[in-house]
Amino acid sequence: MIVAERKPMAEIIEMVKDCSKVLVLACRGCVTVCSAGGEREAAALASLIRLGMKKQGKAIEIIEGSLVRQCDKEYINAIDEWNGQYDAIVSTACGVGVNFIANLRQETMVYPALNTTFFGGSAEQGIWTEQCAGCGDCVLHLTGGLCPVARCAKSLMNGPCGGSVCGKCEINKDTECIWQSIHDRLGSLGRGSQMEVIAPIRDWSTAGHGGPRKIVRNDLTIS
Amino acid sequence: MSFEPKITLFSCHYTSQQSCAEKGKELQQLGFPASITLVRVPCTGKVQVTTLLQAFEDGADGVYVVGCPVDGCHNVKGSVRAAKRVAAVKKALEELDVESGRIEMFHLPRGLHPEFVAAGMAMDKKIRALGPSPFQS
Ligand code: SF4
Ligand code: SF4
Repeated sequence: MIVAERKPMAEIIEMVKDCSKVLVLACRGCVTVCSAGGEREAAALASLIRLGMKKQGKAIEIIEGSLVRQCDKEYINAIDEWNGQYDAIVSTACGVGVNFIANLRQETMVYPALNTTFFGGSAEQGIWTEQCAGCGDCVLHLTGGLCPVARCAKSLMNGPCGGSVCGKCEINKDTECIWQSIHDRLGSLGRGSQMEVIAPIRDWSTAGHGGPRKIVRNDLTIS
Repeated sequence: MSFEPKITLFSCHYTSQQSCAEKGKELQQLGFPASITLVRVPCTGKVQVTTLLQAFEDGADGVYVVGCPVDGCHNVKGSVRAAKRVAAVKKALEELDVESGRIEMFHLPRGLHPEFVAAGMAMDKKIRALGPSPFQS
């Protein structure tokens, strides 16, 4: 899922300081699962915005809404339910959701309530870790299922580097050296020889270095 | 100008039992501050961040939660969850540049204990020193 966390309140208050009516719009997708921007978090945010504005001696009216997802045109259309009732939307979706509203609603001011952080999973309750960077050319079949792009600080394709110490990364002793883990895991799977295969110089254009990416599935398009 | 604080207390049944004794008069007799409005909840683990924030929106100058001891919660983890939510609100208050001491968590023994009254007195004293809530419009 996409993992995100709320922006500092001072930043959010600065965004809405000239608004008198705001729609705080939750997303019931990824950000609900990672407890950053679901209905519960949006309700707390609405309360914090009211309090923050009150502290500045300003009143603000907040409508709370939520969409199934904010990354689909069909669901964005449901925003029309609140037409004319707000000066701006504060979206608690990931950056995709905010972009989608901006793409599809020319006249609507939309602000991000979250810092969208990574693609990850819930390692344990309350802890999320990055697992994939969406590089567009997956190498997990070569690395025992562990991602060197997202989980190696240098995104090395032929690791580990010389800074790997006792299974830890040189950037931080609490960070796993994923190349050590790849080595160990390939070994335990009887695939240790894979470590000797030199990965070729990589073309990063699929990873966004070639500009914004797009997928067209002609089997699904209807126009 | 004299300031009479409004303090909201969320307490579970188990730690606030004495508030029922003699229709609440016993607490008064023990010196429990009149500034405190007690909201009894089945378990403090049920108190959400939004509940705590709403108390500030409703005009509280201070808010506190009294739950069971950390290692002796009637519902196992209820008071630990409450403490985490109080900590989250403390952080949010700091983000709004408001004194985080306006909200506190207390873990107290169940039943009639002087600590319950002492916690109320400590909170009353602290909020009087901090002054009125900056959220009053
Ligand atoms: S808008 Fe973002 S957070 Fe919401 S479902 Fe889509 S990708 Fe997930
Ligand atoms: S190699 Fe690329 S696609 Fe595969 S997990 Fe890593 S970042 Fe994601």
